Amino acid sequence: MTSTQVAAPAVAAPADHARAPRRSLMGWWRDPWRKPRLLEAFTWGYLLWSLAPVAIAVLFSFNAGKSRVSWQGFSFRWYWGDPNLSVWHDPSLHTALRYTLFLGVIVTAVTVPLGVAFALGLDRWRGRLPSFWNFQMLLSFVVPEIVLGIAVFFLVTNVGPLRNTIGTTSQVLGLVTFQLSYPVIIVRARLLTIGKEYEEAAQDLGASPLGALRRVLLPLLYPAIFASTVLVFADVIDDFVIVRYLSSTAATEPVAVKIYNTARGAPTPALNALATCLLAASLLAVTVGYLAYRFVSRGEGEKAGIDSFASQI
Amino acid sequence: MARPGGRSKALWPTLALPGVAWLFVLFLIPLYVVLAIAFGTLDPIFRSPVPVWNPLQWNFSQAQYVLTHIVGANGFYGPPILRTAEFVVIASALCLLIAYPVAYYVARYGGKRRGLLLVLLIAPFWISYMMRMLAWVNLLQTDGWVNKALSLGGLFPVDINWLNGRPLTVLFGLVYGYVPYMILPLYAGLDRIQPSLLEAARDLGASKWQTFRRVTLPMSKPAIIAGLLIVSLPMVGDYFTNDLLSGSPNTAMFGNLINNAISSPETTAQGATFVILMFVVLLAPMLYYVRSTRAEEGT
Repeated sequence: MTSTQVAAPAVAAPADHARAPRRSLMGWWRDPWRKPRLLEAFTWGYLLWSLAPVAIAVLFSFNAGKSRVSWQGFSFRWYWGDPNLSVWHDPSLHTALRYTLFLGVIVTAVTVPLGVAFALGLDRWRGRLPSFWNFQMLLSFVVPEIVLGIAVFFLVTNVGPLRNTIGTTSQVLGLVTFQLSYPVIIVRARLLTIGKEYEEAAQDLGASPLGALRRVLLPLLYPAIFASTVLVFADVIDDFVIVRYLSSTAATEPVAVKIYNTARGAPTPALNALATCLLAASLLAVTVGYLAYRFVSRGEGEKAGIDSFASQI
Repeated sequence: MARPGGRSKALWPTLALPGVAWLFVLFLIPLYVVLAIAFGTLDPIFRSPVPVWNPLQWNFSQAQYVLTHIVGANGFYGPPILRTAEFVVIASALCLLIAYPVAYYVARYGGKRRGLLLVLLIAPFWISYMMRMLAWVNLLQTDGWVNKALSLGGLFPVDINWLNGRPLTVLFGLVYGYVPYMILPLYAGLDRIQPSLLEAARDLGASKWQTFRRVTLPMSKPAIIAGLLIVSLPMVGDYFTNDLLSGSPNTAMFGNLINNAISSPETTAQGATFVILMFVVLLAPMLYYVRSTRAEEGT
């Protein structure tokens, strides 16, 4: 889209520049083909503001001293060097990290198949009933997390068969409910672009509906499935509200809750190191997910780029 | 089942069934449990909430207590709710002001760098919200980098305590926390606008500004509304940003009311009432969002 924008000035610009002196500010401002320097500066400024604080927090996880504000040299003290306070040696820290990743894997493993089947069902099943459940699914997507978290908390503290499941079980139940809409929305968007033709062709050639689904539709859905897997995993390991309400003991408190509990106390850079470990896990998941996405959507040419991965999300 | 085509008809409801059951048990029933607790009774000995399942026996005394303490002389629940409205409106507007130019630049002038820009714009999604707040807690400490920057490298000492209940800090935290969620829907909306339309406007004599105001802006209106809803709905339920960046009751929000009420059994039913109140207040924007999403899906 920019090619036409850029091609035009080659012809028209000289005349314009002849009228307005190059160096005058007003002339630069009036030049209809000037580069959007202000927007560009604003964008990079935003990115700096958005990412530099986190980069500084990561930097201080490598601080040799106890301070999180003044740099005292590089070390791995807060990762494994310190015999008591480092992430590796402080059980409360590495348990939180391990538990977060555990929750991420379990919840993703439940949510994605459940969501993909739900999306297919809702998309092809016609009538009032699926329309009602589609509405409920979208409502669970927009409802503030605190509403859902407390509702599930009341459920698991008051209702018969689920009573006393507070802890890991109820955290998984609550998180799957909150995350379920992501794969459904992503897969349904993809179904919309695929259309029914491939599936109908397969059925015309003798495939059963289930066979057409498994051998034709599902492979076409792989990009959406990978995108939602990454999204759900990354969102679960960042989750705070639901896991906090549904945690029972310190053993079921993930990293986000750990940060919340200690950030305003007197934390050591070990907290930064813990957060950095989680960030690394998240980035690793995204990279693997993106490569998998590239792999399954190869042959779709330009569409396999980061751009389409982003738009899936 | 014996009918021809019977199996294909049963296939889709069967696939949807687990999801339907899940949402029924873990979304609809929990919402009903909230009602049963809000309109339930208190255990006379343990002072803990006892849910009442039959709507005919609902007891509205706790809910009445909450509602009568929102406005009026004893309206101590009023200020946090009003403050939440204020914070959410201002912070969402600021999010839009920051996000629009960024999304516009990347969508229209991203060029070869678009991939890189998108990766950087999406990066905050992969960084834990708590870590992003922790980063600012570090920077905003009295001896932190923000004060150091303000003192121009120690030229004159600045020791502002940013973290002791300043509305400005909380507002800043909300904007910082939620802007990324605004940028993506805006980018998607702006990217969808055909460049040929903008060229046509320019060819017909519209200036750059007129093209923006009369073509781009109206065409991006759905994306603007979607973005505003995506940031403001979760912001209404946010209590942790306030807890981390202020921790003072002076800046307490709606979410803090709920969170505080839930933490002791005696006031749990009041917490449930607040949850219902939040749900009711947000019902209209939530339905609007759901409706516009469904229109897009064509169902």
